[in-house]
Amino acid sequence: MTALDTPAVEAAVPPATGLSATLRHARHVVTGNPITGFSFTLFILLLICALFGPFLVPYDPLATNTAVALKPPSLHHLMGTDQLGRDLLSRVIVATRLDMAVAIFSVALVFVLGGISGIAAGYFGGWTDRIVGRLSDTIMAFPLFVLAMGIVAALGNTVTNIIIATAIINYPLYVRIARAEANVRRNAGFVQAARLSGNGEIRILLTQILPNILPIMMVQMSLTMGYAILNAAGLSFIGLGVRPPTPEWGIMVAEGAAFIVSGEWWIALFPGLALMLAVFCFNLLGDGLRDIVDPQRRT
Amino acid sequence: MRSIVLKRLATAIPSLLGVIVVSFLLTRVLPGDTASYFAGPAATPEAIAEVRKQLGLDKGLPEQFARYAVDLVHGNLGNSLTTGQPVVTEIANRLPASGELTLLGLLIALSTAVPLGILAAVHEGSWIDHLCRVIVTTGVSLPVFFTGLLLVYIFYFQLGWSPAPLGRLDVFYTAPPQVTGFYLIDSLIARDFETFRAAFAQLILPAATLAIFSLAPLARITRGSMLAVMGSDIVRTARASGLTSKTVILTYGFRNAMLPVVTTLGMVFSFLLGANVLVEKVFAWPGIGSYAVEALIASDYAPVQGFVLAMAILYVALNLMIDLLYGVIDPRVRLEA
Amino acid sequence: MDRRTFIKSTGAAAAGAIAAPAVWSPARAQSRQETLLIVSESGPNNLDIHGVGTNVPGYEASWNCYDRLISHEMKTLENGVKYYDRDKFKPELAEDMSTGDMSVTFKLRKDATFQDGTPVTAKDVKWSLDRAVTVGGFPTFQMKAGSLEKPEQFVTVDDRTIRVDFIRKDRLTIPDLAVIVPCVVNSELVKKNATANDPWGLEYTKQNTAGSGAYRVAKWTPGTELIFERNDKWTCGPMPKVKRIIWRMVPSSGNRRALLERGDADISYDLPNKDFAELRSNGKLSIVSTPYSNGVQYLGMNVTKPPFDNPKVRQAVAYAIPYQKIMDAVLYGLANPMFGKPEGAPTEVKWPQPTSFVTDVAKAKQLMQEAGYANGFEVPLSFDLGFAVVNEPLCILVQESLAEIGIRTTINKIPGSNWRTELNKKEMPLYTNVFSGWLDYPEYFFFWCYHGSNSVFNTMSYKNPKMDELVEGARNAAATGDTPTYDKDVKGFVDLAFTDVPRIPLFQPYSNVAMQKNVSGYEYWFHRRLDYRALVKA
Repeated sequence: MTALDTPAVEAAVPPATGLSATLRHARHVVTGNPITGFSFTLFILLLICALFGPFLVPYDPLATNTAVALKPPSLHHLMGTDQLGRDLLSRVIVATRLDMAVAIFSVALVFVLGGISGIAAGYFGGWTDRIVGRLSDTIMAFPLFVLAMGIVAALGNTVTNIIIATAIINYPLYVRIARAEANVRRNAGFVQAARLSGNGEIRILLTQILPNILPIMMVQMSLTMGYAILNAAGLSFIGLGVRPPTPEWGIMVAEGAAFIVSGEWWIALFPGLALMLAVFCFNLLGDGLRDIVDPQRRT
Repeated sequence: MRSIVLKRLATAIPSLLGVIVVSFLLTRVLPGDTASYFAGPAATPEAIAEVRKQLGLDKGLPEQFARYAVDLVHGNLGNSLTTGQPVVTEIANRLPASGELTLLGLLIALSTAVPLGILAAVHEGSWIDHLCRVIVTTGVSLPVFFTGLLLVYIFYFQLGWSPAPLGRLDVFYTAPPQVTGFYLIDSLIARDFETFRAAFAQLILPAATLAIFSLAPLARITRGSMLAVMGSDIVRTARASGLTSKTVILTYGFRNAMLPVVTTLGMVFSFLLGANVLVEKVFAWPGIGSYAVEALIASDYAPVQGFVLAMAILYVALNLMIDLLYGVIDPRVRLEA
Repeated sequence: MDRRTFIKSTGAAAAGAIAAPAVWSPARAQSRQETLLIVSESGPNNLDIHGVGTNVPGYEASWNCYDRLISHEMKTLENGVKYYDRDKFKPELAEDMSTGDMSVTFKLRKDATFQDGTPVTAKDVKWSLDRAVTVGGFPTFQMKAGSLEKPEQFVTVDDRTIRVDFIRKDRLTIPDLAVIVPCVVNSELVKKNATANDPWGLEYTKQNTAGSGAYRVAKWTPGTELIFERNDKWTCGPMPKVKRIIWRMVPSSGNRRALLERGDADISYDLPNKDFAELRSNGKLSIVSTPYSNGVQYLGMNVTKPPFDNPKVRQAVAYAIPYQKIMDAVLYGLANPMFGKPEGAPTEVKWPQPTSFVTDVAKAKQLMQEAGYANGFEVPLSFDLGFAVVNEPLCILVQESLAEIGIRTTINKIPGSNWRTELNKKEMPLYTNVFSGWLDYPEYFFFWCYHGSNSVFNTMSYKNPKMDELVEGARNAAATGDTPTYDKDVKGFVDLAFTDVPRIPLFQPYSNVAMQKNVSGYEYWFHRRLDYRALVKA
């Protein structure tokens, strides 16, 4: 959520500790911690679905077939069919790409916006810091989910706007982390060395500070990817999701929820399961990444 | 002390102003035309224009904002179109419902997450640690509305253990006389134990839904700070003095590890209060979250602005309280301030 | 005893043990017997139908808390459902009605009193009718539909007699006095609470019921619950059986169904069709389904702009609709089909009635070719998110079928609050919508939906002098009782609407109600809301 990921001072280590050492450590973490290993596998699986999903599926995810509407899971339809007889397995797999895209792009966007302005705030201090700080405080003071709803409702419910809204509500978090990290490093030895050898401030920011903060930011990105997916699902539940008939996990769960009481549990369950696994994977991945990036601060 | 409070409040004012302006602008760009909504299903364009004038919507944005600001200063947040009531009274009536739900959710989350976190920290790296991690991560990985509907399906529809998801009280009970607005407390004050039981029964499922979602951050921070404390000098000294491991963990470890947990609590509370909009929708809970969602969907400006403002004020107040509390618990912080 | 009941009963026993002052419980059981619990998705925003922007749930409050001069008799359909009789009126506040050539005179009941005890007088009636034609918005519009337009039309003859003068002969004037709008309000009470800015006291009646009706609103928690108490002094009809009505808003449809199935809620008219269909077949509840009177869901096309300005394209769309799939997978059979009239079957003098269109993709493709759109085109397909349960699957099916004839659609979900705005703009090229008229007369429907005066309900902006002539002809014929001309004109405009197809009728929706087996007395009304006065809980 928040606060817990603010790193401490001790991370002021010079950039390269050796790539091979990091890789070795990464292998150690992945193999040594079964859950992290599991989440890495899951992540690969999700990536495969996202990239090749449309080629893997047994049916056209959009094709309706009212003759087989609302059929429970069977050999023909492993996850059953929905109200219009569309194959749920195909829809769940094809939806991976969209959900991953929402997660990845929103996180990338907030990384660029929040990361850069946060670093600038931490590095330069003064007015930059104050402006960025005010902006981020203002967003923080909003009830975040309602802010996301408002943005999507106002701008229109398209995938792009869902991504923008998700990025905006995560902005303060990224600013906070980037700011703290940059602040700690702004007078570190390697930065002063760079400054003495005549580098401009912007250059130092991009070549010295940014690479150093990247690992910590990666951890945060992995964690917020999960929230991005949940956030999109929540928006779908209140009717602000993507355009039908596009398959998307959140909207499938939201629509399927109406069928739970009448006994058609599979319509909500499988997309819900996929959604849960993805968020689960990103969360554990974040934990795992933290172990790699920052072995002393395992939490 | 007072100077700290004033200083903190002064820094909060710009963000509050920001919230007021942003929420005003955001609601104005919402699709949907309030005037044609008001004018009814068969209104002519002239009738709509007439209504627009009545509502002051024909004025430019700066003038509309000025009116809004003047009303705000007088404590008037406007009227909701969908419920027809003044926003101030509605928020005041609904806030306790959300507060009670969120607090109970937090309580359940705390009483589960803290033991889990300690357990995980004590058995760091073992299967217990992994299991705890999987449990709490699963909780935070489920969309809250899905968890809520699932709980209703199992515990109400299938098993019949839980009462109907009809809001704060079963229809045949009347609310206890209002003192705090929290039904649990008010019913106890009125010594009406039957109502207490009924209100409590209604609360369990939605509170549990919220709790499941908020386990992860609490458990994580408990575990993290427990690990830090367990590696510290105090604990090492306590161990070396030959105290039992139970005493060491609970008396020395736990007590010192609680500080970061307490400070996160405020954050989690304000996060939950905003996040329970979906839970309230599932459980027909008459809180401010569901109020705001309905209003937003209906392009009903006033409640959305009122809700956002109320939450922002709450957020500022909560943060202030935590800062002060932190100072009380940890005198070092006070010195620095 | 199976496991579930066992668990339930032990649960109850445990609960009983905790509940200390058990004295209260029998009282609660008693009140449960005398109380009816209604669940629906949303509730009123105003208790007065004359109010500004009163929503549809608000109409139900008005219907049950206020009386009108006259109301409709009930008739029983073949399936045993009680249905309002369009052509038979019964007195409500009036005890006598005498229709003259250019006016109608009502004599009020002697014993009728408002809920605060003051007697209902002709002065109150006049004030209320004046209010309905003056306040603007929906009430004034609805009054106008029956040629009730000016306060001067309402004349108090004496304390108990009121005369309504006609400004023109209109068959709809008397029926329009029996709809929800011309309700009688306690004028003295409301005037006391009126202000200079609000001479009709709308702010007061928004929150309070000030009528003579069979129920009054005892407590209203907006967005949450509404409690009605019976008015034990009501004299305008047989005393209602149910003492108290609790109307709770339950946003999740799954929860509403669960409440009904578990026997916690007594009645709901607000469930997806699928749930009604299943509840009917599992037999635990009684389900009553009645077609909307004078109502049709349709696919509308904006005829002022290409490509839908071309009747061939519109016909092509009409042949491409997967009608039967919609009936089965979207409506679960709970609607009357409005397609597939057999070849050669005569047009009838009624509305709604089916078109002769069927799903015929080959013919549709051919029409597209003839229209010069062999390669199709792209167009957004819009629907009201407020009715997504039907509209969304419907639009997905339509989208898929239209793709077969080259019409590539993107689906636009429009939030309910914005729907009316979009309709008013008349810019959406393709959309689905429902229209139903309270007054069940074909010429009424056609006047609003097809006439060139281009009302908001003529969402297609359809203008055709021939159509106008036929609609006006039918209205005049109805007013003068010229049946042959009336029949000819009605058949004429129906035929024209089906060859020109500015809108494609899809189906006549059903109004469904699910009740516990011990609840009876449901009556179907033109407004499709519940009439509490007739309901009985055994």
